[in-house]
Amino acid sequence: MYQEVDMAKLNPESVVILQKDDLAKLLNILRSHSYQTIGPTLRENAIVYDEIQGMEDLPIGWTDSQEKGSYRLEKRNDDAYFGYNVGPYSWKTYLSPARVRVCNASRSENGFNVVQETGNAPNYAFIGVRPCDVKAIKILDKVFINDFCVDNVYGNRRKQSFIVAVNCTEAGNTCFCSSMGTGPKSEEGFDLCLTEIVTEQSHFFVTEIGSDKALEVLEALSPQTASESEIKEAERRIENAAQSMGRNLNTDRIHDLMFDNYRHPQWDDIAERCLSCANCTMVCPTCFCNTVEEKTDLEGDNAERWRIWDSCFTLEYSYIHGGSVRHSTKSRYRQWMTHKLASWHDQFDTSGCVGCGRCITWCPVGIDITEEVSAIRNSSTVPEETVDQPR
Amino acid sequence: MRDGTKPKLAVWKFASCDGCQLTLLNCEDQLLTIADNIQIAYFPEATRAEVEGPYDLSLVEGSVTTPHELERIKGIREQSKFLITIGACATAGGIQALRNFKDVDEFTSIVYASPEYITTLKTSTPISDHVEVDFELRGCPISVEQLVEVLSAFLFDRRPQIPTYSVCVECKRRGIPCVMVSQGKACLGPVTQAGCGALCPYFNRGCYSCFGPKETPNPRSLSRQMEEMGYSEDQLLRVYRTFNAFAEPFRKESTYHEQENN
Repeated sequence: MYQEVDMAKLNPESVVILQKDDLAKLLNILRSHSYQTIGPTLRENAIVYDEIQGMEDLPIGWTDSQEKGSYRLEKRNDDAYFGYNVGPYSWKTYLSPARVRVCNASRSENGFNVVQETGNAPNYAFIGVRPCDVKAIKILDKVFINDFCVDNVYGNRRKQSFIVAVNCTEAGNTCFCSSMGTGPKSEEGFDLCLTEIVTEQSHFFVTEIGSDKALEVLEALSPQTASESEIKEAERRIENAAQSMGRNLNTDRIHDLMFDNYRHPQWDDIAERCLSCANCTMVCPTCFCNTVEEKTDLEGDNAERWRIWDSCFTLEYSYIHGGSVRHSTKSRYRQWMTHKLASWHDQFDTSGCVGCGRCITWCPVGIDITEEVSAIRNSSTVPEETVDQPR
Repeated sequence: MRDGTKPKLAVWKFASCDGCQLTLLNCEDQLLTIADNIQIAYFPEATRAEVEGPYDLSLVEGSVTTPHELERIKGIREQSKFLITIGACATAGGIQALRNFKDVDEFTSIVYASPEYITTLKTSTPISDHVEVDFELRGCPISVEQLVEVLSAFLFDRRPQIPTYSVCVECKRRGIPCVMVSQGKACLGPVTQAGCGALCPYFNRGCYSCFGPKETPNPRSLSRQMEEMGYSEDQLLRVYRTFNAFAEPFRKESTYHEQENN
C-alpha cells in the first residue's frame, strides 16, 4: 500500500509517514546517537517531561482535563501516544535547569582557587514538544543566545538538542495558542514534527522533516511517502484543535493597552486574589529569571555559587538598597503580566506569552491571564483613539 | 571568628519539644566542624559542662508560657550578643499557642487534680514579643541546612541566605506536580515560607505550614479556593490552627473561619 521513500529525494520540509512502531525505532536511533530521550510520562497525578526509554513510558491512552486552578488525568478511549496537552513543567527544566552550579572556590595559600563548571551538557532529544513550546524555546533562544550575551548553561544544551514536535489535534480548556499565533501547528524550530492520527484501523504520524539532522536519523527508518489524503487528514485534525481553543486572548494593540492601563483598578482586584506564590512564573515556558546564591562552609575554606530559578513574585527579586521596589502584590503581578505581554516586545521583539495556558491551570487560585486582559480591555481607562499615540 | 577566637554558643530551651535543639545534634557530619569552630558553652541537651556567659550567640528554642520564662528570657538577652530563635515555638508561639484561643483556667481545672499548684500565663507567645531578636529561624522543626547556613553566616559576619518566599518555589524547582491543582488537596504551600524543600508535596501530601506564613501572604484568597474545593469552615479553621496558629496572618484567617462557623 505504501511506497517506501527514496531518501535521496527527501529534504527538510518533506512530509513522510511514520507508523506507530517506527516511533519506537526512532527513539532507539536517537538513543544510539547518544541522545538522552526526554518525553512526556506519568508522575504522581500529572504528565511531566522525564527520561523515556521506550514508547511504553509515554502516557499512552491518557488525557488531561484542565481548567483554571485544576488539572486532572483521565483515560481516553483510544491508545493515542500524545492525546493530552501540556503539563506543569516545560522544556526549560532541561534547557535552563532549576539548579546549576556555576563555580566553586576553595581557599589556597595565595587566596582562592576558583573552578568554573565545564558547561558540559547532555545531548537531549525532546520528544513530544507542542507547538507553543517550540515557540517558547525560540523565545528563550533570543533571551539566552543573542548579540549581547550567550548563556553557556542554556546555549550548550540548546545547540545539542533534537526536537521532535507534535502538532495538537485537540486543544485544552486553558489553551489559547491560536490567539498568540504559536499553534496548534508548528511551522518551524523543530527537527521533526509529527501529527498523530489514530483511527480504529490505523495509528500513524504525518511527519514533517525540519532539519538535515533529522534526515540522517530517518535514514535508518525507511519511512513511507505521505499521500495527499493523509496530509489533508492531519490538517483537518489540527484545524479541529484551532477551533476548540478553551481560551482566547485579544492581542490587538496589547502593548499599549498594558502600558496605558498601569493604573487600572483591575490590578487591585487581581492583587486581592493573587497569592504571590510564583507558580505562574515557575510553570511559564518562557519565564527565564535566575538568581545566584553563594554558600560557604563552616570553615570558610570552600564556597559554591549556584544559579537557581527565581521569580519576579518574590520580594527579594526587586530588592535594592533600602528595600524592595515592588512591595505590593499588585505591583508584582502587574510587572509580570506587562512584561509578558508588552515590554517583552520592546526587549525581545516578540511576545513573552505563547498561549500554553500553564499559568491559568497551575495558579492555585485560578487567576486567568486571558480574563484579566479582557477585564482591562473592556474598561480601559485610556480612550481608544489615544492608544496608538506615542507618549 | 575573624580574631581567631572561637565564639561562645548557648542553646536555651523554653516551652518546646526539644526537636529543634536536636536538629543541632542531628547535624552529624557537620557537628564536629561546628564544635571545631564554635565553643559550645551552654547546651544542657548535649553536655553537662557549662561555661558562664556572656555568650556571642544564643539559640533560643520554645515559647514563653510562664511568668518564670518571662523573666528568664530577659536575662538571656542581656548576656547574648546575638540572639536567634529556632523553630515555630520560639518564633510564633508553637502548637501550644492554641491555648491563646481558649480559656487556660478551664484547661488546668480539667487536666490537673490540684490546679492551684499550676502557675502559667494565659498565652504562649514568641520570644520576639518580649525581647529583641536578631534573627528568626522558622520550622517545626527547623531544617539542618538552614541552621548550618545561619551558623556559617554568623561566623563570617554575612547575611544568612534564608528565603522568605513560598514553598511553591521550592516545590516547582524540585519538579513536583502541584497536589492542590492536580489532586484537589488542601495545601498551605502558597502561603508558607520555604525552607523544608517542599517535603510534604514531595510525598504527595499538602503542606501543613511547619515554616509559617511567607512574606506578603494571602490566606484569604487561598481559603476561598479551598472552600470551592469543598473544604468546610471548620476544616479551614483547623488548617490554620497548627504549629504557627498564632502567627498573625494565620491567627486572623483562622479567627475569621471560627466566626463564620459560629
